[in-house]
Amino acid sequence: MTALIIRGGQLVDPAAGVDAPKDIFLKDGKVAEIAAPGKLKLANGAEVLDAKGLVVAPGLVDMHVHLREPGQGYKETIATGTAAAAAGGFTSVAAMPNTVPVNDSVETTRWMLAPERGAVVRVFPIAAATRGSKGETINDFAALKSAGAVAISDDGRPILKDGVMRETLAAAARVGLCVIQHAEDTRLTQGASMNLGPMSFKLGLRGMSAESESSIVERDIRLVTELRESRAHLHIAHTSTAAALAAVRQARRSGMRVTCEVAPHHFLLTEEHVGLYNTNAKMCPPLRSAADRDALIEGILDGVVDAIATDHAPHAVHEKEVEFENAPNGIVGLETALGLSLRWLHKEWRMPLGRVLSLLSAQPAALLGLKGRGTLAVGSFADVVVFDPKAEWTYRAAEGKSKSRNTPFDGWTMQGKVRWTISEGRVAYDSLP
Amino acid sequence: MNLSATPVRRQLHTPPVPPSPYPYHPGSLLSIMDLSMEGLSRILSRATALENQNPLERMRILAKRRVALLFYESSTRTRTSFELAAKGLGADTTLVSSLSSSIEKGESLKDTGLTLRALGAEAIILRHNSSGSAWLLESETRLPVLNAGDGMHEHPTQALLDLRTILAHFDPSTKTCCPDLNHLLESKREPVNLSGQSAAQGVEGPAFPFAVNAETLAGVTVTIVGDILHSRVARSNMLLLPRLGARVILCGPPALLPELAAAAGPGISIERDFETALAQSQAVMMLRIQAERLAGLQVDLEEYKTRYQLNEQRLATHAPMAIVLHPGPIIRGLELTAGVADGPQSVILEQVKNGVAIRMAVVERAMQAAEQGGRA
Repeated sequence: MTALIIRGGQLVDPAAGVDAPKDIFLKDGKVAEIAAPGKLKLANGAEVLDAKGLVVAPGLVDMHVHLREPGQGYKETIATGTAAAAAGGFTSVAAMPNTVPVNDSVETTRWMLAPERGAVVRVFPIAAATRGSKGETINDFAALKSAGAVAISDDGRPILKDGVMRETLAAAARVGLCVIQHAEDTRLTQGASMNLGPMSFKLGLRGMSAESESSIVERDIRLVTELRESRAHLHIAHTSTAAALAAVRQARRSGMRVTCEVAPHHFLLTEEHVGLYNTNAKMCPPLRSAADRDALIEGILDGVVDAIATDHAPHAVHEKEVEFENAPNGIVGLETALGLSLRWLHKEWRMPLGRVLSLLSAQPAALLGLKGRGTLAVGSFADVVVFDPKAEWTYRAAEGKSKSRNTPFDGWTMQGKVRWTISEGRVAYDSLP
Repeated sequence: MNLSATPVRRQLHTPPVPPSPYPYHPGSLLSIMDLSMEGLSRILSRATALENQNPLERMRILAKRRVALLFYESSTRTRTSFELAAKGLGADTTLVSSLSSSIEKGESLKDTGLTLRALGAEAIILRHNSSGSAWLLESETRLPVLNAGDGMHEHPTQALLDLRTILAHFDPSTKTCCPDLNHLLESKREPVNLSGQSAAQGVEGPAFPFAVNAETLAGVTVTIVGDILHSRVARSNMLLLPRLGARVILCGPPALLPELAAAAGPGISIERDFETALAQSQAVMMLRIQAERLAGLQVDLEEYKTRYQLNEQRLATHAPMAIVLHPGPIIRGLELTAGVADGPQSVILEQVKNGVAIRMAVVERAMQAAEQGGRA
């Protein structure tokens, strides 16, 4: 294994409570030593990365991505998706199971993890809760966990039946996995393609009410409450409404193990950004009202939001060049999450850098139980992002590493330019190769 | 972390909404909001001038130029009047409809548009069942696109012809609409001069015999009744008429008229009681219940008729001087009775006739802009 020295940078490791100039020695895929500048003892003869003026932080963890393999390699592959992740500073990505076929089996989970997939950062499969994500028959979570699954979800196909959801929560709790719910009552969102409100009326589009999200969140919290003894862990994916966030806040006050993530597009954009049928502003859950967006920002700043996750959802150009109602949901996000979070949460809204990075690394790593990730304490995995926190740059989707270009952030100003991303001691991304 | 603290509402700077790039082509008419007040005046004026022009002379305006009609939904009035309008100006037209073309084989709107452009179409008139389709077609082809109805969204030429119909019955001295036929005939010959300048001179007339402004319809109330939720006609009209000073009342049951419709623009209000709305109206626009767009919504038609059908007795009691409009197709015995449709207050067939004049002006506008090559 190679050895690397990252010298002269500012180490920001919120999980370890460190924010100081440090040199770091990486060896055999792990963090071997951390010392004051120039004081490393163990390192000799290793390659040196000069991080002067740069921040050195734990590699980012995205707990919600769609890598499209198996089955939809024209949108993204595990190789291109992880290359995009590395370019965005991510060293761990949790892949949702809505592939073709659905990842509901040990075989598919293992296939995704095979070296032939060409992943450049670590992929953590999330297994389907039910057979084919049809919401009926629960999968064997113990077997899926031992094959490598880190969480359970029927993302994109919410579990509507109370009994099935209760059983899923209980069974996942028994094997120590969290259940990630895509909270959408699809009985209320038939044919809908954006948020329900004055904008949807004006555009003549059927709308998804905030209630279609919050009612499922509230139902799930009820189920977790009933299962209190089992310590079931419910995680709400891509929380998009004030009402859903309020329900999570309330559940936490009552001591429930209920967590949530928010995507950058939901804390930055509103339904107004749909503009005149921009299909790159179409996702599920949809961009919501300004009041919802403001509540999400508030939730991030006051700590009720546990993680920032991208919901990276690549689609081919031709799939988005269609009538708004017919366009698939989702946008890519791996290459913009850090730049947008630093630009807005840190610079504009004054959230301390360490807290922003924690939402992008330590906290999601903890939610998924990824041991030795999301921190750079000695002995942890050598998953590192080195970035220039002051650099402003313009994101050009066409220059991205992802196979797809579907993003509303093309041409936006980002802050914080990734210099290197290191996955288990290997350079997975180098901005000046 | 203290979760029990009441969240502090701060005033945060958030990412701005980027300006709209539409319309790409100055000849396009995608939304009624694309037209400035001057643009509206020009279309109304040209409609009158073209209508009065010698048909053989008129044929030279767009002689042998190519206009494509792309229709994904069935249509009688809009399609025929657009076709007659384009042909009346001498253009060659071709009709592509979803049931007799490669659209059936799965060709996308983008590819269909590019194909029509390659065939020499200089403008495309689009009727489509998806809201926003006209914007997609324009951005992909960069041709002038005339929106002939997109899903539940807009139908700008319908709003223009409705405006022309209302203006033809409008008496600016009393600020009322008048169904009287003599008044109508008079106004046909000599367009009402709303700008206070000297009367129209001959058929060519002054530049803007119908110069409209933000006060033109001040004091006029137009009630739009029925299935507002699914109506592109309602959306275009509720955006257009208040710009000229009219008040728009929307009337219908909550299932077909959500409260948030009132937020669509200024000058719009909701009145659930039909007769209360009628009593305030100089013009009443009846809409068809769009069964094809109800998507599982259940409407009790008997109850609907009881509350919202326009019948002779209701009209005579509450709005004896109002004009009655309907974009068609009408369902006699449902939203209005045959007696009202055929009665003296009905201007439904005038609307149809005005459609040809308005669409001539709109097609001419598109093709003149096309000739100039559009915006870079």
